[in-house]
Amino acid sequence: MAKVRGAVIVDTEVCKGCNLCVVACPTQTLALNRNVNNKGYHYSYMENPENCTGCTNCSAVCPDSCITVYRAKIE
Amino acid sequence: MSVLADRIKEIIKPENLVYAKSPVLNDDIMHYCPGCSHGVVHRLIAEVIDEMGIQDQTIGVSPVGCSVFAYKYIDIDWQEAAHGRAPAVATGIKRVLPDKYVFSYQGDGDLAAIGTAETFHAVNRGENIVMIFINNAIYGMTGGQMAPTTLVGQITSTTPYGRNVDLNGYPLKITELLAQLPGAAYVTRQSVQNPAAVRKAKKAIRKAFEVQALKKGTAFVEVVSTCSSGWKLNPVDSNKWMEENMFPQYPLGDLKDSSRADADLYRIKG
Ligand SMILES: Cc1ncc(C[n+]2csc(CCOP(=O)(O)OP(=O)(O)O)c2C)c(N)n1
Ligand code: SF4
Ligand code: SF4
Ligand code: SF4
Ligand SMILES: [Mg+2]
Repeated sequence: MAKVRGAVIVDTEVCKGCNLCVVACPTQTLALNRNVNNKGYHYSYMENPENCTGCTNCSAVCPDSCITVYRAKIE
Repeated sequence: MSVLADRIKEIIKPENLVYAKSPVLNDDIMHYCPGCSHGVVHRLIAEVIDEMGIQDQTIGVSPVGCSVFAYKYIDIDWQEAAHGRAPAVATGIKRVLPDKYVFSYQGDGDLAAIGTAETFHAVNRGENIVMIFINNAIYGMTGGQMAPTTLVGQITSTTPYGRNVDLNGYPLKITELLAQLPGAAYVTRQSVQNPAAVRKAKKAIRKAFEVQALKKGTAFVEVVSTCSSGWKLNPVDSNKWMEENMFPQYPLGDLKDSSRADADLYRIKG
Protein backbone atom coordinates (compact mmCIF):
# COMPACT_ATOMS: atom_id res chain seq x y z
CA MET A 1 0.00 0.00 0.00
CA ALA A 2 1.17 3.52 -0.79
CA LYS A 3 2.51 5.72 1.99
CA VAL A 4 -0.09 8.00 3.49
CA ARG A 5 1.44 11.42 4.05
CA GLY A 6 -1.51 13.77 3.93
CA ALA A 7 -5.18 13.85 4.75
CA VAL A 8 -8.00 16.34 4.41
CA ILE A 9 -11.25 16.87 6.26
CA VAL A 10 -14.09 18.35 4.23
CA ASP A 11 -16.84 20.17 6.11
CA THR A 12 -19.50 18.33 4.15
CA GLU A 13 -22.40 20.59 5.13
CA VAL A 14 -20.52 23.70 3.94
CA CYS A 15 -19.28 22.12 0.69
CA LYS A 16 -21.23 23.09 -2.44
CA GLY A 17 -19.88 20.35 -4.66
CA CYS A 18 -18.31 22.82 -7.09
CA ASN A 19 -15.66 20.26 -8.11
CA LEU A 20 -12.82 22.82 -8.14
CA CYS A 21 -10.85 20.95 -5.46
CA VAL A 22 -11.25 17.66 -7.33
CA VAL A 23 -9.74 19.21 -10.46
CA ALA A 24 -6.98 20.99 -8.50
CA CYS A 25 -5.82 17.84 -6.68
CA PRO A 26 -2.65 16.56 -8.38
CA THR A 27 -2.98 13.05 -6.91
CA GLN A 28 -6.62 12.20 -7.71
CA THR A 29 -7.34 11.91 -4.01
CA LEU A 30 -10.67 13.70 -4.14
CA ALA A 31 -13.99 13.02 -5.82
CA LEU A 32 -17.56 14.19 -5.40
CA ASN A 33 -19.58 11.81 -3.26
CA ARG A 34 -22.58 9.99 -4.74
CA ASN A 35 -24.43 11.03 -1.61
CA VAL A 36 -25.58 14.59 -1.04
CA ASN A 37 -25.51 16.88 2.00
CA ASN A 38 -28.59 18.54 3.51
CA LYS A 39 -28.52 21.21 0.79
CA GLY A 40 -28.45 18.58 -1.95
CA TYR A 41 -24.84 19.07 -2.97
CA HIS A 42 -22.56 16.15 -3.87
CA TYR A 43 -19.86 16.99 -1.37
CA SER A 44 -16.14 16.39 -1.90
CA TYR A 45 -14.43 13.51 -0.08
CA MET A 46 -11.22 11.49 -0.14
CA GLU A 47 -12.00 8.73 -2.59
CA ASN A 48 -8.34 7.64 -2.67
CA PRO A 49 -7.01 8.72 0.73
CA GLU A 50 -3.75 6.81 0.26
CA ASN A 51 -2.80 9.29 -2.50
CA CYS A 52 -2.95 12.51 -0.46
CA THR A 53 0.33 14.37 0.06
CA GLY A 54 -1.13 17.25 2.08
CA CYS A 55 -0.11 19.74 -0.63
CA THR A 56 -3.01 22.18 0.15
CA ASN A 57 -3.91 22.69 -3.52
CA CYS A 58 -7.51 21.74 -2.78
CA SER A 59 -7.90 24.16 0.10
CA ALA A 60 -6.27 26.91 -1.99
CA VAL A 61 -9.03 26.85 -4.61
CA CYS A 62 -12.03 26.13 -2.37
CA PRO A 63 -14.41 29.12 -2.46
CA ASP A 64 -16.16 27.99 0.71
CA SER A 65 -13.12 27.39 2.91
CA CYS A 66 -14.38 23.96 3.89
CA ILE A 67 -11.17 21.92 3.55
CA THR A 68 -8.72 21.40 6.43
CA VAL A 69 -5.38 19.82 5.49
CA TYR A 70 -2.94 17.74 7.54
CA ARG A 71 0.51 16.52 6.54
CA ALA A 72 2.84 14.11 8.31
CA LYS A 73 5.95 12.09 7.57
CA ILE A 74 5.08 8.46 8.03
CA GLU A 75 7.63 5.64 7.66
CA MET B 1 -9.06 -0.59 5.00
CA SER B 2 -8.66 -0.40 8.75
CA VAL B 3 -4.88 -0.08 8.31
CA LEU B 4 -5.60 2.89 6.09
CA ALA B 5 -8.08 4.33 8.57
CA ASP B 6 -5.43 4.03 11.29
CA ARG B 7 -2.89 5.83 9.11
CA ILE B 8 -5.33 8.65 8.43
CA LYS B 9 -5.92 8.92 12.19
CA GLU B 10 -2.15 9.18 12.63
CA ILE B 11 -2.06 12.13 10.23
CA ILE B 12 -5.11 14.03 11.45
CA LYS B 13 -3.58 15.50 14.60
CA PRO B 14 -3.23 19.14 15.60
CA GLU B 15 0.57 19.07 15.21
CA ASN B 16 0.19 18.02 11.57
CA LEU B 17 -2.23 20.79 10.61
CA VAL B 18 -1.05 22.64 7.48
CA TYR B 19 -4.21 24.47 6.43
CA ALA B 20 -7.34 25.51 8.28
CA LYS B 21 -9.97 28.13 7.55
CA SER B 22 -8.86 31.63 8.47
CA PRO B 23 -10.02 32.80 11.92
CA VAL B 24 -10.95 36.12 10.25
CA LEU B 25 -13.75 34.30 8.38
CA ASN B 26 -16.80 33.62 10.51
CA ASP B 27 -18.99 30.50 10.31
CA ASP B 28 -21.78 31.89 8.14
CA ILE B 29 -22.18 29.79 5.00
CA MET B 30 -21.60 32.07 2.01
CA HIS B 31 -24.60 32.72 -0.21
CA TYR B 32 -22.49 32.61 -3.38
CA CYS B 33 -23.15 30.04 -6.10
CA PRO B 34 -20.94 26.92 -6.08
CA GLY B 35 -17.46 27.74 -7.38
CA CYS B 36 -17.90 31.53 -7.32
CA SER B 37 -14.61 33.48 -7.32
CA HIS B 38 -16.01 35.86 -4.69
CA GLY B 39 -15.59 33.13 -2.07
CA VAL B 40 -11.93 32.57 -2.91
CA VAL B 41 -11.11 36.28 -2.83
CA HIS B 42 -12.95 36.71 0.48
CA ARG B 43 -10.78 33.96 1.92
CA LEU B 44 -7.56 35.55 0.62
CA ILE B 45 -8.47 38.93 2.10
CA ALA B 46 -9.25 37.25 5.44
CA GLU B 47 -5.95 35.36 5.38
CA VAL B 48 -3.96 38.52 4.59
CA ILE B 49 -5.70 40.45 7.38
CA ASP B 50 -4.98 37.60 9.78
CA GLU B 51 -1.34 37.24 8.77
CA MET B 52 -0.75 41.01 9.02
CA GLY B 53 -2.46 41.04 12.42
CA ILE B 54 -4.75 43.92 11.44
CA GLN B 55 -8.20 42.45 12.09
CA ASP B 56 -9.19 45.24 14.49
CA GLN B 57 -7.63 47.94 12.31
CA THR B 58 -9.30 47.08 9.00
CA ILE B 59 -12.52 48.55 7.60
CA GLY B 60 -14.09 47.15 4.44
CA VAL B 61 -16.59 48.92 2.21
CA SER B 62 -18.92 46.49 0.46
CA PRO B 63 -20.66 47.21 -2.83
CA VAL B 64 -23.97 46.50 -4.47
CA GLY B 65 -23.71 43.28 -6.42
CA CYS B 66 -23.42 39.66 -5.32
CA SER B 67 -20.79 40.68 -2.77
CA VAL B 68 -23.19 43.11 -1.08
CA PHE B 69 -23.08 40.66 1.83
CA ALA B 70 -19.28 40.51 2.11
CA TYR B 71 -19.72 41.99 5.58
CA LYS B 72 -21.48 38.83 6.69
CA TYR B 73 -18.40 36.68 6.20
CA ILE B 74 -15.18 38.58 6.91
CA ASP B 75 -15.04 39.38 10.61
CA ILE B 76 -13.90 43.03 10.55
CA ASP B 77 -15.65 46.41 10.58
CA TRP B 78 -17.65 47.15 7.45
CA GLN B 79 -19.67 49.89 5.82
CA GLU B 80 -22.09 49.06 3.01
CA ALA B 81 -22.09 51.69 0.23
CA ALA B 82 -24.69 52.67 -2.35
CA HIS B 83 -24.12 51.14 -5.81
CA GLY B 84 -20.75 52.28 -7.19
CA ARG B 85 -20.00 54.65 -4.33
CA ALA B 86 -17.63 52.45 -2.32
CA PRO B 87 -14.47 54.42 -3.25
CA ALA B 88 -16.13 57.67 -2.10
CA VAL B 89 -17.24 56.07 1.16
CA ALA B 90 -13.78 54.53 1.64
CA THR B 91 -12.26 57.97 1.02
CA GLY B 92 -14.30 59.46 3.82
CA ILE B 93 -13.48 56.67 6.25
CA LYS B 94 -9.76 56.76 5.46
CA ARG B 95 -9.56 60.54 5.83
CA VAL B 96 -11.28 60.49 9.20
CA LEU B 97 -9.37 57.41 10.40
CA PRO B 98 -6.05 57.62 8.53
CA ASP B 99 -4.36 54.93 10.61
CA LYS B 100 -6.92 52.25 9.72
CA TYR B 101 -6.56 49.90 6.75
CA VAL B 102 -9.49 50.72 4.47
CA PHE B 103 -10.49 48.82 1.36
CA SER B 104 -13.35 48.73 -1.08
CA TYR B 105 -14.57 45.47 -2.57
CA GLN B 106 -16.48 45.87 -5.84
CA GLY B 107 -17.74 44.03 -8.89
CA ASP B 108 -17.37 45.24 -12.45
CA GLY B 109 -20.91 46.58 -12.68
CA ASP B 110 -20.32 48.49 -9.46
CA LEU B 111 -16.78 49.74 -10.10
CA ALA B 112 -16.69 50.10 -13.89
CA ALA B 113 -20.29 51.08 -14.74
CA ILE B 114 -22.38 53.00 -12.24
CA GLY B 115 -19.35 53.85 -10.09
CA THR B 116 -16.91 54.88 -12.84
CA ALA B 117 -16.74 58.48 -11.64
CA GLU B 118 -16.09 57.54 -8.01
CA THR B 119 -13.49 54.99 -9.10
CA PHE B 120 -11.54 57.39 -11.29
CA HIS B 121 -11.59 60.31 -8.91
CA ALA B 122 -10.63 58.28 -5.85
CA VAL B 123 -7.60 56.91 -7.70
CA ASN B 124 -6.83 60.28 -9.26
CA ARG B 125 -6.80 61.85 -5.81
CA GLY B 126 -4.40 59.10 -4.80
CA GLU B 127 -6.56 58.07 -1.87
CA ASN B 128 -4.57 55.77 0.40
CA ILE B 129 -7.03 52.91 0.13
CA VAL B 130 -7.03 49.41 -1.34
CA MET B 131 -9.56 48.70 -4.06
CA ILE B 132 -10.38 45.05 -4.82
CA PHE B 133 -12.08 44.70 -8.19
CA ILE B 134 -13.88 41.45 -9.06
CA ASN B 135 -14.19 41.44 -12.84
CA ASN B 136 -16.49 38.63 -13.95
CA ALA B 137 -17.56 40.45 -17.13
CA ILE B 138 -21.21 40.44 -16.14
CA TYR B 139 -23.78 41.72 -13.66
CA GLY B 140 -24.00 38.54 -11.61
CA MET B 141 -26.49 39.58 -8.97
CA THR B 142 -29.25 40.89 -11.20
CA GLY B 143 -29.35 37.99 -13.63
CA GLY B 144 -26.36 38.16 -15.93
CA GLN B 145 -26.77 41.42 -17.85
CA MET B 146 -23.96 42.92 -19.95
CA ALA B 147 -21.35 44.92 -18.05
CA PRO B 148 -18.86 47.41 -19.55
CA THR B 149 -16.30 44.60 -19.17
CA THR B 150 -18.35 42.01 -21.10
CA LEU B 151 -16.30 40.57 -23.98
CA VAL B 152 -17.08 41.18 -27.65
CA GLY B 153 -19.44 38.42 -28.74
CA GLN B 154 -20.18 37.34 -25.16
CA ILE B 155 -23.75 36.20 -24.63
CA THR B 156 -25.52 37.79 -21.67
CA SER B 157 -29.18 38.25 -20.86
CA THR B 158 -29.09 41.73 -22.46
CA THR B 159 -26.86 40.67 -25.38
CA PRO B 160 -28.55 37.39 -26.36
CA TYR B 161 -26.77 37.40 -29.75
CA GLY B 162 -23.42 38.35 -28.21
CA ARG B 163 -21.97 41.78 -27.43
CA ASN B 164 -21.95 43.80 -30.63
CA VAL B 165 -19.53 46.74 -30.64
CA ASP B 166 -21.71 48.77 -33.01
CA LEU B 167 -24.55 48.60 -30.54
CA ASN B 168 -22.82 48.07 -27.19
CA GLY B 169 -19.32 49.56 -27.50
CA TYR B 170 -16.09 47.89 -26.42
CA PRO B 171 -14.98 45.97 -23.31
CA LEU B 172 -13.61 48.52 -20.84
CA LYS B 173 -10.05 47.92 -19.64
CA ILE B 174 -10.53 50.16 -16.65
CA THR B 175 -7.48 48.81 -14.85
CA GLU B 176 -5.17 49.94 -17.70
CA LEU B 177 -6.76 53.40 -17.59
CA LEU B 178 -6.40 53.68 -13.82
CA ALA B 179 -2.73 52.64 -13.97
CA GLN B 180 -2.02 55.83 -15.92
CA LEU B 181 -3.25 58.09 -13.12
CA PRO B 182 -0.46 59.51 -10.95
CA GLY B 183 -2.52 58.72 -7.85
CA ALA B 184 -2.28 54.98 -8.49
CA ALA B 185 0.57 53.48 -6.48
CA TYR B 186 0.13 49.77 -7.19
CA VAL B 187 -2.02 48.31 -9.93
CA THR B 188 -2.16 44.61 -10.66
CA ARG B 189 -4.39 42.06 -12.36
CA GLN B 190 -4.70 38.59 -10.87
CA SER B 191 -6.94 35.50 -11.01
CA VAL B 192 -7.86 32.62 -8.70
CA GLN B 193 -8.64 29.66 -10.97
CA ASN B 194 -5.87 27.29 -9.82
CA PRO B 195 -3.58 26.91 -6.78
CA ALA B 196 -0.65 28.82 -8.34
CA ALA B 197 -2.87 31.72 -9.37
CA VAL B 198 -4.46 31.79 -5.91
CA ARG B 199 -1.07 32.01 -4.22
CA LYS B 200 -0.01 34.87 -6.53
CA ALA B 201 -3.28 36.71 -5.98
CA LYS B 202 -2.83 36.44 -2.23
CA LYS B 203 0.66 37.96 -2.47
CA ALA B 204 -0.77 40.80 -4.54
CA ILE B 205 -3.53 41.49 -2.00
CA ARG B 206 -0.97 41.46 0.80
CA LYS B 207 1.22 43.87 -1.13
CA ALA B 208 -1.76 46.17 -1.71
CA PHE B 209 -2.38 46.37 2.04
CA GLU B 210 1.32 47.01 2.66
CA VAL B 211 1.36 49.78 0.04
CA GLN B 212 -1.53 51.41 1.89
CA ALA B 213 0.67 51.72 4.96
CA LEU B 214 3.28 53.55 2.84
CA LYS B 215 0.68 56.24 2.02
CA LYS B 216 1.86 56.49 -1.59
CA GLY B 217 -1.54 56.36 -3.25
CA THR B 218 -4.20 53.90 -4.25
CA ALA B 219 -3.50 50.16 -4.44
CA PHE B 220 -5.76 48.52 -7.01
CA VAL B 221 -6.13 44.75 -7.41
CA GLU B 222 -8.29 43.42 -10.23
CA VAL B 223 -9.18 39.74 -9.98
CA VAL B 224 -10.38 38.30 -13.28
CA SER B 225 -13.19 36.11 -12.01
CA THR B 226 -15.89 33.67 -13.00
CA CYS B 227 -19.66 33.85 -12.72
CA SER B 228 -20.80 30.35 -13.54
CA SER B 229 -24.47 31.25 -13.10
CA GLY B 230 -24.27 34.29 -15.35
CA TRP B 231 -22.12 32.50 -17.90
CA LYS B 232 -24.32 29.37 -17.79
CA LEU B 233 -21.33 27.04 -17.37
CA ASN B 234 -20.31 24.79 -14.51
CA PRO B 235 -17.50 26.09 -12.25
CA VAL B 236 -14.74 24.01 -13.87
CA ASP B 237 -15.78 24.98 -17.41
CA SER B 238 -16.10 28.60 -16.26
CA ASN B 239 -12.43 28.58 -15.31
CA LYS B 240 -11.54 27.17 -18.73
CA TRP B 241 -13.71 29.76 -20.48
CA MET B 242 -12.06 32.49 -18.43
CA GLU B 243 -8.56 31.33 -19.35
CA GLU B 244 -9.41 31.08 -23.04
CA ASN B 245 -11.51 34.21 -23.44
CA MET B 246 -10.93 36.62 -20.56
CA PHE B 247 -7.14 36.43 -20.24
CA PRO B 248 -6.40 37.60 -23.84
CA GLN B 249 -8.54 40.68 -23.19
CA TYR B 250 -7.48 41.14 -19.56
CA PRO B 251 -3.85 39.93 -19.34
CA LEU B 252 -2.56 39.08 -15.87
CA GLY B 253 0.32 40.76 -14.09
CA ASP B 254 1.44 44.01 -12.49
CA LEU B 255 0.61 47.17 -14.43
CA LYS B 256 2.28 49.60 -12.05
CA ASP B 257 4.32 49.44 -8.88
CA SER B 258 5.62 52.66 -7.37
CA SER B 259 6.87 50.82 -4.30
CA ARG B 260 9.72 49.45 -6.42
CA ALA B 261 13.12 51.16 -6.47
CA ASP B 262 12.93 51.40 -10.28
CA ALA B 263 9.36 52.71 -10.14
CA ASP B 264 9.95 55.54 -12.61
CA LEU B 265 11.17 53.14 -15.28
CA TYR B 266 8.28 50.85 -14.59
CA ARG B 267 5.60 53.51 -14.59
CA ILE B 268 3.30 53.65 -17.59
CA LYS B 269 3.92 56.98 -19.31
CA GLY B 270 0.74 59.02 -18.96
C1 LIG C 1 -28.73 52.53 -7.98
C2 LIG C 1 -28.90 51.08 -8.39
N1 LIG C 1 -28.96 50.76 -9.70
C3 LIG C 1 -29.09 49.49 -10.09
C4 LIG C 1 -29.16 48.49 -9.15
C5 LIG C 1 -29.33 47.05 -9.62
N2 LIG C 1 -28.08 46.28 -9.49
C6 LIG C 1 -27.83 45.53 -8.40
S1 LIG C 1 -26.39 44.70 -8.51
C7 LIG C 1 -26.08 45.34 -10.04
C8 LIG C 1 -24.86 44.99 -10.82
C9 LIG C 1 -23.93 44.07 -10.11
O1 LIG C 1 -22.90 43.66 -10.95
P1 LIG C 1 -21.40 43.61 -10.46
O2 LIG C 1 -21.01 44.86 -9.80
O3 LIG C 1 -20.58 43.20 -11.64
O4 LIG C 1 -21.40 42.50 -9.32
P2 LIG C 1 -21.48 40.90 -9.41
O5 LIG C 1 -22.83 40.56 -8.91
O6 LIG C 1 -21.22 40.49 -10.82
O7 LIG C 1 -20.40 40.45 -8.48
C10 LIG C 1 -27.11 46.20 -10.45
C11 LIG C 1 -27.14 46.89 -11.74
C12 LIG C 1 -29.09 48.86 -7.80
N3 LIG C 1 -29.15 47.93 -6.82
N4 LIG C 1 -28.96 50.15 -7.43
S1 SF4 D 1 -3.93 18.10 0.04
FE1 SF4 D 1 -3.19 17.92 -2.09
S2 SF4 D 1 -3.10 15.73 -2.46
FE2 SF4 D 1 -4.36 15.98 -0.61
S3 SF4 D 1 -6.47 16.09 -1.40
FE3 SF4 D 1 -5.73 18.19 -1.28
S4 SF4 D 1 -4.93 18.62 -3.32
FE4 SF4 D 1 -5.11 16.39 -3.16
S1 SF4 E 1 -13.79 23.27 -3.66
FE1 SF4 E 1 -14.76 23.34 -1.61
S2 SF4 E 1 -16.94 23.70 -2.04
FE2 SF4 E 1 -16.01 23.04 -3.95
S3 SF4 E 1 -16.33 20.81 -3.99
FE3 SF4 E 1 -14.33 21.15 -3.09
S4 SF4 E 1 -14.68 21.24 -0.87
FE4 SF4 E 1 -16.66 21.49 -1.86
S1 SF4 F 1 -24.34 35.04 -9.71
FE1 SF4 F 1 -22.21 34.89 -10.38
S2 SF4 F 1 -21.06 36.40 -9.16
FE2 SF4 F 1 -23.06 36.04 -8.15
S3 SF4 F 1 -22.68 34.44 -6.61
FE3 SF4 F 1 -23.40 33.42 -8.48
S4 SF4 F 1 -21.52 32.90 -9.61
FE4 SF4 F 1 -20.97 34.43 -8.06
MG1 LIG G 1 -19.83 41.36 -12.12
